[in-house]
Amino acid sequence: MIGRMILTYPDAARRTGTFLLLALITLMVYSLGVSPAWIGMVLPTSSEWLAANPALGRLVSAVMIAVIAALNWKALRQLPRHWQITGVWLELFVLLMIFFYSFNLSFAFIAKKISFLISQGVVTTLYISVISIAVATVIALLGAIAKLSRNGVIYGLATFYTSLFRGLPLLMQIYIIYLGLPQVGYVISAVPAGILALSLCYGAYMTEIFRAGIESIPRGQSEGATALGLSPSQTMGLVILPQAMRVIIPPTGNQFIAMLKDSSLISVVGVWELMYLARTQGQTEFRHIEMLITASMIYWILSIGLEFIQSRIEARFGRFNVR
Amino acid sequence: MPTSIDTASLEITLSGVHKWYGQYHALDDINLSIAPREKVVICGPSGSGKSTLIRCVNRLEAHQQGRIVVGGVEVGEDERKVDAIRREVGMVFQQFNLFPHLTILENCILAPMWVKRIPRAQATEIAMDYLNRVRIPEQANKYPGQLSGGQQQRVAIARALCMNPKVMLFDEPTSALDPEMVKEVLDTMVSLANEGMTMVCVTHEMGFARQVADRVIFMDQGRIVEEGEPDEFFAHPKTDRASLFLSQLLH
Ligand SMILES: Nc1ncnc2c1ncn2[C@@H]1O[C@H](COP(=O)(O)OP(=O)(O)OP(=O)(O)O)[C@@H](O)[C@H]1O
Ligand SMILES: [Mg+2]
Repeated sequence: MIGRMILTYPDAARRTGTFLLLALITLMVYSLGVSPAWIGMVLPTSSEWLAANPALGRLVSAVMIAVIAALNWKALRQLPRHWQITGVWLELFVLLMIFFYSFNLSFAFIAKKISFLISQGVVTTLYISVISIAVATVIALLGAIAKLSRNGVIYGLATFYTSLFRGLPLLMQIYIIYLGLPQVGYVISAVPAGILALSLCYGAYMTEIFRAGIESIPRGQSEGATALGLSPSQTMGLVILPQAMRVIIPPTGNQFIAMLKDSSLISVVGVWELMYLARTQGQTEFRHIEMLITASMIYWILSIGLEFIQSRIEARFGRFNVR
Repeated sequence: MPTSIDTASLEITLSGVHKWYGQYHALDDINLSIAPREKVVICGPSGSGKSTLIRCVNRLEAHQQGRIVVGGVEVGEDERKVDAIRREVGMVFQQFNLFPHLTILENCILAPMWVKRIPRAQATEIAMDYLNRVRIPEQANKYPGQLSGGQQQRVAIARALCMNPKVMLFDEPTSALDPEMVKEVLDTMVSLANEGMTMVCVTHEMGFARQVADRVIFMDQGRIVEEGEPDEFFAHPKTDRASLFLSQLLH
């Protein structure tokens, strides 16, 4: 019945659909209780009326938001794809900035602290992350090869390792390594403990990624290499791994980004990395939010940098697949 | 027993060879001797152990009983001996097994450079020579994915030849190819045979067998059931199993 109507009156159906969607958005915004105060800011003359009619004001605000969203959608649809993407990014970024702005941040305070946040915090975060990423990659490669080994002892070691370090919360691992190793007579300072914990934890995750990547290469490849006389390590390094990279890189990039942010957990043992500074620098003047938001933005920028590097590497290893 | 291979008159001998996959008896008392420059064609029904047999020769599979000797060197646990044998024994697979991340030329120079330590310039020269012989020098800088199946298989043959082997093993080299590409690969193999290469080919191409084979070996259920000259074997198979197999092949 309804299907028939949609088929016979497509235009009317489309309009009804659009209207229903608008009504739905309005309802959602309204029931979320979004304050209509923003209308007052855009249009100062209306603030009295808004104060007098709070419920109606909320409804008007919800309708306006729905209409603005719809118009925005229509406008973006006119653009070529490339500009659509740029437009969406710009709009959402501006919205995010407005959101932050609404906290009444003291930019003077941020300006005062940011150079220290970068010179001490970012540098520490980056150097801990980079070393951990490098070590984790080596561990992951060894772990994957061990997991594919026919030797039971090696296989057992590898599976126990990945099970344990994937199974414990990273925060626990940091504490256990930092506080536990001295118990057995090995005193370790905070930064190496953090690097060790991050490397072992992410090495365990990445072992699985590397193993899956290596296993995704058909057996004929290693047989072909073996028949040509290449040794097992040459076969792995020259034939299997370069091909497995295509499978390995995207999830590994994900892991790197996750690790960059998880390095903030090391702040619990007092390493002066970005997160630690963000929490402590705001304390004296009760400007926590300023520091936290600044640090968040810095983490985001660093992640974007990693994403960029990942796409470059992907392009490089994807080359041979282009027909 | 020596580790260095007698390349001048390289002979392959299998005596009393058995192989099991778990419980499954894949090779059952194989006795076979292949003389230098001899061309042997192995045929038989699917699952009869043809691939297993030739893969035991360069130890892609390990046999559990009996002896396999290549050019005076025994195929076994000793890695160095196996390495020495693999240098002298080239192999061509049904699925080509070219390395898709390397160009045709890189495919051909990889093993000479890394296994034989031949400098790149010289390896390239050798590779281009063989690519000329299989008549695809102009594809040298393409990737395998850009070539037709027949071209890929000819590259695979050239790649094996770049190691200058004394023996070539072929495991159904034309089975994965479209019919119109079979001939170009068989032609390459015929010219290789005419140059005096020792060849062991698993194939069901009777025309090829008639043209170049000195001997046809028929396998069934892991055993060598019958062997003989190709004309004799195809015209008058001695065993029922072979004649049944041949009649199915013709239809
Ligand atoms: N890796 C393996 N594990 C277990 N069984 C195997 C393995 N490889 C082969 N087999 C079995 O051994 C038998 C012989 O296999 P093989 O590949 O040598 O046969 P084939 O004569 O080459 O057959 P086809 O013409 O289908 O290639 C088959 O029954 C097969 O199922
Ligand atoms: Mg086979």
